[in-house]
Amino acid sequence: MKDNNVIEIKNLNKWYGDFHVLKDINLEVKKGEIIVVCGPSGSGKSTLIRCINYLEQFQEGSIVVDGIEVTDDIKKIKALREDVAMVFQHFNLFPHLSILDNLTLSPIWVKNMPKKDAIATAMKFLDRVGIAEQADKYPNQLSGGQQQRVAIARSLCKNPNIMLFDEPTSALDPEMVSEVLDVMVELAKEGRTMICVTHEMGFAKKVADRVIFMDAGQIVEENTPKKFFDNPESDRLKLFLDQILSH
Amino acid sequence: MAVYEQKQALEAPSSTKGAIHWIKENLFSSPLNTIMTLMGFGFLYIIIPPLLQWAYFDANFVGTTREQCTGDGACWVFIKMKMDMFLYGFYPETELWRLKAIVIMFVALVIGLRFIKSGKVKFGIVFSYFIISLILTAGGIFGLESVPTDKWGGLMLTIVVASVGIVFSFPIGIIVAFGRQSNLPIIRSVCVTYVEMIRGVPLITILFMSSVILPLFFPEGISFDKLLRALIGITLFQAAYVAENIRGGLQAIPKGQYEAADAIGLSYWQKMLLVILPQALKVAIPNLAGAFISLFQDTTLVLIIGLFDLLAMVRITAADSHWLGMETEGYVFVTVIFWAFCYGMSRYSNKLEKQFDTNLK
Ligand SMILES: Nc1ncnc2c1ncn2[C@@H]1O[C@H](COP(=O)(O)OP(=O)(O)OP(=O)(O)O)[C@@H](O)[C@H]1O
Ligand SMILES: [Mg+2]
Repeated sequence: MKDNNVIEIKNLNKWYGDFHVLKDINLEVKKGEIIVVCGPSGSGKSTLIRCINYLEQFQEGSIVVDGIEVTDDIKKIKALREDVAMVFQHFNLFPHLSILDNLTLSPIWVKNMPKKDAIATAMKFLDRVGIAEQADKYPNQLSGGQQQRVAIARSLCKNPNIMLFDEPTSALDPEMVSEVLDVMVELAKEGRTMICVTHEMGFAKKVADRVIFMDAGQIVEENTPKKFFDNPESDRLKLFLDQILSH
Repeated sequence: MAVYEQKQALEAPSSTKGAIHWIKENLFSSPLNTIMTLMGFGFLYIIIPPLLQWAYFDANFVGTTREQCTGDGACWVFIKMKMDMFLYGFYPETELWRLKAIVIMFVALVIGLRFIKSGKVKFGIVFSYFIISLILTAGGIFGLESVPTDKWGGLMLTIVVASVGIVFSFPIGIIVAFGRQSNLPIIRSVCVTYVEMIRGVPLITILFMSSVILPLFFPEGISFDKLLRALIGITLFQAAYVAENIRGGLQAIPKGQYEAADAIGLSYWQKMLLVILPQALKVAIPNLAGAFISLFQDTTLVLIIGLFDLLAMVRITAADSHWLGMETEGYVFVTVIFWAFCYGMSRYSNKLEKQFDTNLK
């Protein structure tokens, strides 16, 4: 593994049954890099980032995260998931637990943190995403934007080096998108490694170090945001950008 | 373009509120509804007055013998005189204080638990209560006289069978329900086979099997307790139904919950017990309560393998030569007790459902 790479994906292939969903993916991510992944629906973006924290298994190739080889070894998976956090499109907060309990669950049970410390950490991150006053409520009592910010705070509680976002704003009402993006922009400035699947091109232009375009299970183009948007090389990317930027 | 002024909210018209409105809406909204309402009232009119006459106005409450029951109505003296039999079966009179202590401790427990916050402490207290109750009921240690299980009977036996059945079938059912979702085909098929086999057989058969066939698997001379055999049978029976109800709850949990639990690093058991099970239970509460209420009623079947529960006590007490023909009073009394318990369980399940409800708006 090269010195400052935190993620190295080599010749990754994955099939769902007969369907070749990821085709020979190669990707290196440096420490602190912000990567935005975009591409048409069904191109395999979610599948790719879900392989990184082993929510999906893969058949060929290798992924190494922070020196941890991604395999089905339980110990390695545990170490991997302490290091990599994920934010989902549909938040996936635990509806039976209060906001505070959602945040302290992992620190208390996975990191064996004393309850007091876990609560202090949780409150710190809730404050960071601007909803400390909602700590005792339940997820269903919050708006979508607030829930997604709680989900981000929850994933921060275990102090991960790497954060994965899978379309964190696409289930939100338009007026709530920016409150979540603001939080993500703040995070991007902190030097955490981030991989975001998103079609928020404003966000990509503002913070991304690299933008990746996927189509039909392949990485088709990979570039700095400026070149990516101003001088797209492949026809498929040109067509895609036309479609999402045309209105 | 136009701008409109904001309108004030007005009070709803009075014809849509109040008791008269409710009666109109619910009892006489259509001709069919009106006929049903009248028939319902007519039925109550035929049933209620004679019942009250028999059970209360003409009934006999005072006295100690049958001869003192001179009125036309029920002879509740019978129930009064046989109360210990109904409640405790043939449990020795000198040892009855032990059972009474358990009841008193139960009341203290119910009140006391309200003041305890920590779930672990609560669990510890309830667990100790069960152990202490078991020791008190069975005896044989700490200088307590041993009371063999063939002396157990009446309501006490009903409660023992039902509560042991509920308490033990619950964790087994949970594990079987998890097993049915397992990725390992062997575990999955064992669990499916177990559930499908049990559900294809009536409880009565399982009771017969556990009392007749189970002993065949043990070496000659080792006879283990009849009640214990029934308890094992009932627990295994109930566990299959608990498993099915919980499986129903598990199916209602979206995949995202499993993924989020995985993603924050919880282990399999942490994920299942902290995230998935509480949500599945919430969904399953009404069905589980139904299953436990039927179990409580099904405990009456233990009669067929020679155990005398509350219902069986009616026949035994009414066979007493001083009290021949008192079955009616006995059955009415037992019915009321069964109803009270089942109603209580149903109310409790409603309360739990509300407690678990975090979809508050
Ligand atoms: N569990 C599964 N079994 C079979 N096929 C699947 C499964 N999950 C995803 N797929 C297929 O794999 C392909 C890639 O899915 P993926 O979710 O990675 O796409 P995506 O790029 O994230 O799309 P979207 O923008 O809609 O989220 C799709 O064609 C999808 O139908
Ligand atoms: Mg996706």
